Amino acid sequence: MSYRLKMRLWRGDRSGGELKDYQVEVSEGEVVLDAIHRVQATEAGDLAVRWNCKAGKCGSCSAEINGKPRLMCMCRLSDFEPEETITVTPMRSFPVIRDLVTDVSFNYEKAKQLPSFKPGPRDADGKRRMAQIDVERGQEFRKCIECFLCQNTCHVVRDHEENKPAFAGPRFFLRYAELDMHPLDTHDRVELAQGAAGLGMCNITKCCTEVCPEHIKITDNAIIPLKERVVDKKYDPLIWLGNKIGIRNKDNDGRTTA
Amino acid sequence: MSQTDDRHPMTGNRMSSDEAAGTAPDRFGGIEQHSYDVIVIGAGGAGLRAAIAAHDAGARTAVITKSLLGKAHTVMAEGGIAAAMGNRWKEDNWEVHFRDTMRGGKMLNNWRMAQLHAQEAPERVLELEDWGALFDRTEDGLISQRDFGGHRYARLAHVGDRTGLEMIRTLQQRLVELGIDVFMECTITELFKTPATAEPSRISGAFGYWRETGRFITFEAPSVILATGGIGKSFKVTSNSWEYTGDGHALALRAGASLLNMEFVQFHPTGMVWPPSVKGILVTESVRGDGGILKNSEGKRFMFDYIPEFFKAETADTEAEADRWYDDKINNRRPPELLPRDEVARAINSEIKAGRGSEHGGIYLDIASRRTPEFIRKRLPSMYHQFKELADVDITAEPMEIGPTCHYVMGGVEVDADTQASPAVPGLYAAGEVSGGMHGSNRLGGNSLSDLLVFGKRAGEHAASYAAEVADSRTGLDPAEVKAAEAFALAPFELDGGENPYTIQHDLQLNMNDLVGIIRDGAELQAALEGIEGFKERAKRLSVEGHRQYNPGWHLALDLRNMLIVSECIAKAALEREESRGGHTRNDFPGPNPEWGTINLVLTINEAGDGVTLTRQPLPVMPEDLKTLFDTTGAAK
Amino acid sequence: MASTDAGVHSGVNGPTRASIPEKTLRTDRWWLAPLATFVVFVTFIIYSSWRAFSGDDYYASPYLSPFYSPCLTDSCVEGSSDFGTPFSWWQLSPALVILIFPLGFRFTCYYYRKAYYRAFWLSPPACAVAEPHSSYSGEAKFPLLLQNIHRYFWYAAVVVAVVLTFDAVLAFRDEHHEWGHMGLGTVLMWINVILIWLYTLSCHSCRNIVGGRLRHFSKHPVRYKLWTWVSRLNPYHAKFAWYSLFSVALVDLYVYLLATGVITDPRFF
Repeated sequence: MSYRLKMRLWRGDRSGGELKDYQVEVSEGEVVLDAIHRVQATEAGDLAVRWNCKAGKCGSCSAEINGKPRLMCMCRLSDFEPEETITVTPMRSFPVIRDLVTDVSFNYEKAKQLPSFKPGPRDADGKRRMAQIDVERGQEFRKCIECFLCQNTCHVVRDHEENKPAFAGPRFFLRYAELDMHPLDTHDRVELAQGAAGLGMCNITKCCTEVCPEHIKITDNAIIPLKERVVDKKYDPLIWLGNKIGIRNKDNDGRTTA
Repeated sequence: MSQTDDRHPMTGNRMSSDEAAGTAPDRFGGIEQHSYDVIVIGAGGAGLRAAIAAHDAGARTAVITKSLLGKAHTVMAEGGIAAAMGNRWKEDNWEVHFRDTMRGGKMLNNWRMAQLHAQEAPERVLELEDWGALFDRTEDGLISQRDFGGHRYARLAHVGDRTGLEMIRTLQQRLVELGIDVFMECTITELFKTPATAEPSRISGAFGYWRETGRFITFEAPSVILATGGIGKSFKVTSNSWEYTGDGHALALRAGASLLNMEFVQFHPTGMVWPPSVKGILVTESVRGDGGILKNSEGKRFMFDYIPEFFKAETADTEAEADRWYDDKINNRRPPELLPRDEVARAINSEIKAGRGSEHGGIYLDIASRRTPEFIRKRLPSMYHQFKELADVDITAEPMEIGPTCHYVMGGVEVDADTQASPAVPGLYAAGEVSGGMHGSNRLGGNSLSDLLVFGKRAGEHAASYAAEVADSRTGLDPAEVKAAEAFALAPFELDGGENPYTIQHDLQLNMNDLVGIIRDGAELQAALEGIEGFKERAKRLSVEGHRQYNPGWHLALDLRNMLIVSECIAKAALEREESRGGHTRNDFPGPNPEWGTINLVLTINEAGDGVTLTRQPLPVMPEDLKTLFDTTGAAK
Repeated sequence: MASTDAGVHSGVNGPTRASIPEKTLRTDRWWLAPLATFVVFVTFIIYSSWRAFSGDDYYASPYLSPFYSPCLTDSCVEGSSDFGTPFSWWQLSPALVILIFPLGFRFTCYYYRKAYYRAFWLSPPACAVAEPHSSYSGEAKFPLLLQNIHRYFWYAAVVVAVVLTFDAVLAFRDEHHEWGHMGLGTVLMWINVILIWLYTLSCHSCRNIVGGRLRHFSKHPVRYKLWTWVSRLNPYHAKFAWYSLFSVALVDLYVYLLATGVITDPRFF
């Protein structure tokens, strides 16, 4: 079963651009990226698009399809009516380079600002021991394929360019949460997350979770727990009282904020 | 875009001439120039590990990658990292791993590489953990290890079925921590060497372009590490991404290095076959490692019919024994589904050809009837996700349809086992899939990720020490050569109405898939070579539309040259090797031939530079003490 | 959270972004969810304000409206004060003394925040739909910094839930406070209190307190078990928030209708 698909693709660069109409033959089981490739191979050889694995594992082909941030390789044409026109634009939170390709260097800059994993020494036999239940939360976050759709859809930077310097974004809150929950890390990252990463700017409207192609529960499992850890540290009356009378959670022993 | 800013927005690197201004004020007509001790081409597992090692050894190091950092094909690796850590089976050690690797490669491996690999892999895995990797754990809290084809014991350190992603992310984060420069979306098209008069001629640098802007860039560096991965994009049905155009193989050839055993291409037995747009995408071997079985359209578990003599002694011949093996490896033999990949791929191919294939031309891989849905979702989350979203198949309830897909090239740049240096070109190193020898005629699953780590580190260290050795005699690049590289790269824009690069690529992929595929034949290989000659002619008249800024048509035009020469190498070597062994199966020469078992096929570029020359070379001989491993444990287990 | 000025070109119409005039290209009915939230919340606010300020018709023996429980002032009608009247000096409606706690809990709840930031403040109205504000500082500054006191309200919410459970137990009496009876009101009060408990226990703060804050689950098996239970409830927190909002209003309405004599309570035994 094949049909002619109507598409509107954004063509242009930093100096300007517009949605242009294309029609290509597509067949059953294909995804938006297939259609884009066919446009490229038949009608517009210079159509810029970033992609790699085409299996939802590398997170390269992020774009906005009918206004929704998605991976082009995981967006099946069968989700649309055959007569429907599919509009594809580049991610709208990052500077555009050309056509569907954006400059995502914001994310790489943010990655550099994050203090890395700091473990203590290995066990005597040269190995490390961690219980499966202690690594599971972090493993969920490490499923992240860095497609940056969460960063793109987060209104804190999408609608407010001026917030970019002070806001790390959901992808890096995942990373803060992963390290803060790591059973062997020696670095307390709560203050950093609240301060340098701008955790407080997040108003937990959950769009990052909605667009995550890996279905990571970014808000519920990473951002809110981080916010709660900030509260633990700064605003909880019982913990404060406990500390005063010498009842203390020893789980964080050995961690430093330095 | 960043004409007004002197730092590249993607990398933060300083752009263009101001860095080198003191020594070479704009010698190359405005082309951006950089100088490093070691440059690493490719940012997959091998490239990143090499860069970390080179940096740790004190070299000023840069990584250059065609994609963004963290997108390399390594993320597609699913199963795990093979390393004899003995966390699950204390009987496991490097000698058993070494033996498995050699036997999997049908003894054509470079024994020294296989030995180093087996010995060093455990420490390389533990290193990843030091850098933040979160592997699945055993009950004692150690790194868990899983079963895989061809491995005697459960040996693969893993994270669900996304181990490659974990590895690339860990290395990437380490790279960022160390502050190593990364040039993203930057493609290298030429390697430069010192003039032949200054004996011996050695690596002096590289030339490339920013994909984003189309602007050219040069690197002056005495050491270049190739870590560009494989060649799969030359085949139609492949698990590889667009990047796998054999760049490193071709760069090495053109720089005067030799390629080894290019006829050995691994077809992974289990790629997706439906829907068409995902045909070829990998289905991890862990499905079988975790209990999945192969069935034909008659519902028969057919692998028992395809156990070769070579593996009879270590393979279960009844379903009952095979099923017991998952829990008791000492008293039972491996299920035939876990034979090395070449055997399984051939068996699947035969079943399909015999008309016992599935609806869409594959066969069935069934784990749904053998394990609980919870187990499957826990152990194979990305497979569950992949089939659910791409094929609308729930793998916990129904079998998958799968078929062989081009996955990996065992052949590659000929390197010294200990240093990963090309013997022919001083300063040139290769690590990972682009290098040859380690895996012989067939690679075991899980040995790739460990290969990347072990030899990435070695390449990085030796490239750094070589750079230090020649630090005082660096001569810079020759402006004339830079000009020539520039002119060559721009040629496709000069011609109007020439060939469309996409069309040639498509034709080449069909040619390779149909004529140089999983089962080969002398006449077909001959035809394939003639086809490639035709494509080479057509590729001389390429034209691309548009301009240089992020123009994929142009990028493909430049990559096509590499695909063509690598394809020629594969076809030529496949025609020459008149036997069937590992990843090379000849209809007209079935079965291995002991004489061929001691011969490597070596390819170099010809005088004119427009084709390749093939020679035979004896396989390095294993020392006696290692041979004994095969006498005592070989046939018995 | 922000000043409202849509005239400034930043965000998706900023100079470096792909030039697309539309604020969103979404073709689905993205406005439906925030609109529905807006309508329901406004209705609830109006209804609950009227009921809370009225100070009347909140007790129909043996049922006490959850808006007025516990009833702690001198003006409480006879039989409704099960915990004494420590706030005897309070002159206004007795609901106003205690309603601050459940309302505060809901107002600072992570789910409700999402819902009203979207529906009332349009920040953002829906994913990938541009918001109409020219600046934004999220919850980093006063007054929204106060959202961090959610946990205080959670502690209070647990007490409230205990009281409501007590009320539900008391509902096994007849109008003369004889034990061993049950009516439709009893059923409604139990449904309500169960939903209130589910909402309270699925709270993100609760999840952190019982175990989420730990880094080594393996060393705290009991708390890990508690955490896994709460984690199983937590994904439905939004659902429980809605259901319990409806159930609490419904029980109050039921009591109101009984107290005003519009209906009579069907008694089972």
